[in-house]
Amino acid sequence: MAKELKLMKGNEAIAEAAIRSGCDGYFGYPITPQSEVMEYLMAEKPWEKTGMVVLQAESETSSINMVYGGAGVGKKVMTSSSSPGISLMQEGLTYLAGAELPAIVVNVVRGGPGLGTIQPSQADYFQATKGGGHGDYQLFVLAPATVQEMYDFVFLGWEIAFKYRNPVMILSDGAIGQVMEKLYVGDYVPRWTDEELKKNAPWASFGKPANREHHIITSLELDSAKQEQHNHKLQAKYREMEEKEVRFEAINCDDADYIFVAYGSSARIAEKAMQLGKEKGYKIGILRLITLFPFPKKKIAELSTKVKGMLAVEMSAGQMVEDVRLAAQFRCPIEHFGRYGGIIHTPQEVLEALEEKIIKR
Amino acid sequence: MFNQDIVKPENLVYKKTDVLTNNVMHYCPGCGHGTTHRIIAEVIEEMGIQDKAICVAPVGCSVLAYNYFSVDSLGAAHGRAPALATAIQRLNPDHHTFTYQGDGDLAAIGTAETIHACNRGENIVIIFINNGIYGMTGGQMAPTTLIGMQTATSPYGRTVELNGYPLQITELLSQLPGTYFVTRQSVHTAAAVRKTKKAIRQAFENQKGKKGTSFVEVVSNCNSGWKMTAPKANEWMVENMFAKYPIGDIKVDGELVQK
Amino acid sequence: MAAKGTVVIDKERCKGCGVCIVACPKSVLALAKNVNGKGYNYSEAVVDECIGCASCAMVCPDGVITVYKVK
Repeated sequence: MAKELKLMKGNEAIAEAAIRSGCDGYFGYPITPQSEVMEYLMAEKPWEKTGMVVLQAESETSSINMVYGGAGVGKKVMTSSSSPGISLMQEGLTYLAGAELPAIVVNVVRGGPGLGTIQPSQADYFQATKGGGHGDYQLFVLAPATVQEMYDFVFLGWEIAFKYRNPVMILSDGAIGQVMEKLYVGDYVPRWTDEELKKNAPWASFGKPANREHHIITSLELDSAKQEQHNHKLQAKYREMEEKEVRFEAINCDDADYIFVAYGSSARIAEKAMQLGKEKGYKIGILRLITLFPFPKKKIAELSTKVKGMLAVEMSAGQMVEDVRLAAQFRCPIEHFGRYGGIIHTPQEVLEALEEKIIKR
Repeated sequence: MFNQDIVKPENLVYKKTDVLTNNVMHYCPGCGHGTTHRIIAEVIEEMGIQDKAICVAPVGCSVLAYNYFSVDSLGAAHGRAPALATAIQRLNPDHHTFTYQGDGDLAAIGTAETIHACNRGENIVIIFINNGIYGMTGGQMAPTTLIGMQTATSPYGRTVELNGYPLQITELLSQLPGTYFVTRQSVHTAAAVRKTKKAIRQAFENQKGKKGTSFVEVVSNCNSGWKMTAPKANEWMVENMFAKYPIGDIKVDGELVQK
Repeated sequence: MAAKGTVVIDKERCKGCGVCIVACPKSVLALAKNVNGKGYNYSEAVVDECIGCASCAMVCPDGVITVYKVK
């Protein structure tokens, strides 16, 4: 594949990836710090290049339901927003999950709660990985740490979304969304033809031919015995994801005494903290999570038997740390550190936290 | 039965269309939903668009509409049908996407989706069933409930002081430049059914011509919610509902014909 | 002279709502004394006056009426 080097914001990379990955439709609503996604698309006019539909909805409630409609007819559709907007989308997300529809939803997280701030945060971890809306369901959650990954995960997102018929969330943050970095982009993947759509999404409501019964896309099942069966099916799918789709990057973990567990921006800050720690003689590794659901339980359990302690580094009051503790079963000390409400922690702060909360204890 | 001898294919004048499934509808006896379903299905059959028709079902009494239309369908979250239809039709410009919504779905919880889809002039057909009440949940007050009308949540009758005014959303939508065809019909008599079918046909023809939003309100009965027999409910509808929701075209070919 | 129309009513699907009875210009239809499997007094033709106008079928919410007419 021909590769082209570009310099882009993370948000723009999402938009460029949408166009190049054969996305059929983007439906969005402006909110800081992710507005560049739709701005870029509207400026690029992909409908002239690939036929991709781009539409500014009247609200995030509407944009996620446009996504539901597009996904229901088998199209590759996506949306993006930031925390307050993602809260509005929770209704649509649980319906997408219930009706088993593939879609990509990008959350460029900002500080909360409420209207909060427009600065970066990672405080939507619970919302992203524990459902967010009502009922027992899971989003597949990818956590990019670079502009390149913002781009790449759109491609990966389609693969996962259609393979499992499940909504995929790209959980980014205001820093990754706004930062400009170099990235490589590849060739344009053509949008699916009608024939390809029927082959890749045979379940969809794309129009009933004479030779089959009509398709129904819904999350409603009034018979609770059948609804329980449907839930069993969903749970089996989530277990399969946990079996096959866990992704992480283990950096210097093999002989580490201490581990930073982090994702996204915090993983990059932790990397600098690791270098600072090395200068002081600490053997620190980083477990950078790429999938937040499925969560790398086994890897964390394995590391927990080998190290002296783990520090969960996240820009929240302590959300991911709960999953780290559950996975590690308290076999080693596990503490949390993070600034939040829109403040980004420094590598020095992270290292100091490791020293205070784990090394000197 | 009389005249059994004339029951022959060549003498057939009316038979349920195959675009309706054979599932027994869950609607209460005499409910206008079934009639409206039937004529939508007939229009789809007559236009030969079954393979291109996409039904977006709402939440409310007609939540299971997709069990009755033999066309590919989606069930929307409450009020969101026009958002789904917007995307489906934009992604498939030659399809015939239609929403089927009640007064709670369309005129209360889905007001934003309805107004903005119509204002963008989405090339969709919206069928709006207005019976002035929430049927599915047990007869609560709707935005279209008449003043004085008793419901489960206005047990002493709707008052302006407590509940505000009945919402004439159809007139409101007719003011938007995006709507091309806005009409209000009913299905309580054979003549009314024929007119409504004609209106629905017009709506789908407009869609074929990519004219923008076509909006067909069907003022209907809710004999269970109104606590009357079906024939009595139809009489009550004519006497009371039609005063607030007068039957007739409101906007034709993009021009207001009624103020 | 015998009437030139007739109706075939799927009595098991009929819910006995009675709107067809009101719609019939010739008062051909009435609710049966018997009930169907769902317990509804279904609609049936009680006089031989059907003209095959299909008004009953037009207003039937459940699509249970098929109409024939000698043309």
